[in-house]
Amino acid sequence: MTETPLPFESTASFGPEADGLADFEATLDAALEAHGYSESELFAIRLAVEEAVANGINHGNRRDPNKRVALTCRVDSSEVFVVVEDEGEGFDPGAVPDPTDEANIEIPSGRGLMLMGAYMSDVRYVPPGNRVEMTYRRGTSE
Amino acid sequence: MSAGTARINIRNRDTGVLQIGFAEKRISDALVIQQIGEEIGKAVDAETKPRVLLSFRNVDFLSSAALSMLIGVNTRVKSKGGKLRLAEIKPDIYQMFKITKLHSLFDIHDSVEDALKGF
Repeated sequence: MTETPLPFESTASFGPEADGLADFEATLDAALEAHGYSESELFAIRLAVEEAVANGINHGNRRDPNKRVALTCRVDSSEVFVVVEDEGEGFDPGAVPDPTDEANIEIPSGRGLMLMGAYMSDVRYVPPGNRVEMTYRRGTSE
Repeated sequence: MSAGTARINIRNRDTGVLQIGFAEKRISDALVIQQIGEEIGKAVDAETKPRVLLSFRNVDFLSSAALSMLIGVNTRVKSKGGKLRLAEIKPDIYQMFKITKLHSLFDIHDSVEDALKGF
């Protein structure tokens, strides 16, 4: 009989060089695999996590060495919940230009938010926008 | 791998096409992306009318910053009257191109052999 693994939860914080993020992701990948997530699901979740942390570092904290981006991931067999919070002033996600618009297609920005929205089941920006909460529900995302 | 091309490898120059592969399986680190962009840029700038083929055979993961770097390479190649083709992109990564509609910006082929035809 296969035992259901216990829910996984981990928290970390990162400076502008994102030192330790690769190790965090390796632990997260192992937890996802233990809960039966597929390679494509790992890809989707890892991408959303990396994009959110990169946004926090580059746009939220503006690479300030005195500021951190906090990341929390919770995994169980039915969903993954991710929270990323930076120490910046926040932003209005509605004001980010659509990178798939023909006029913007060659502009090298805006795709991280789009990919997070495409790969996760639910993405919520908590006002003023320096905190994003993302959920991946099995069977409902790409 | 020679000095100065730590992040990419360039082969088959005799075909007249710069065939470029990536040393990294994951292209998401900001510094790695910057170095790859600089190395490809240097190779592109050395050509009069560059024909560049990027093979993603070895690549398992890209970030949106890597997509932005590729857009920059495309702009650079086109500004010199050249052509850029991409090949051997794994399904999960190709899905990123589709979501962002970049599959319509880039000339993407299944295989290197296919990409070299009529290049």
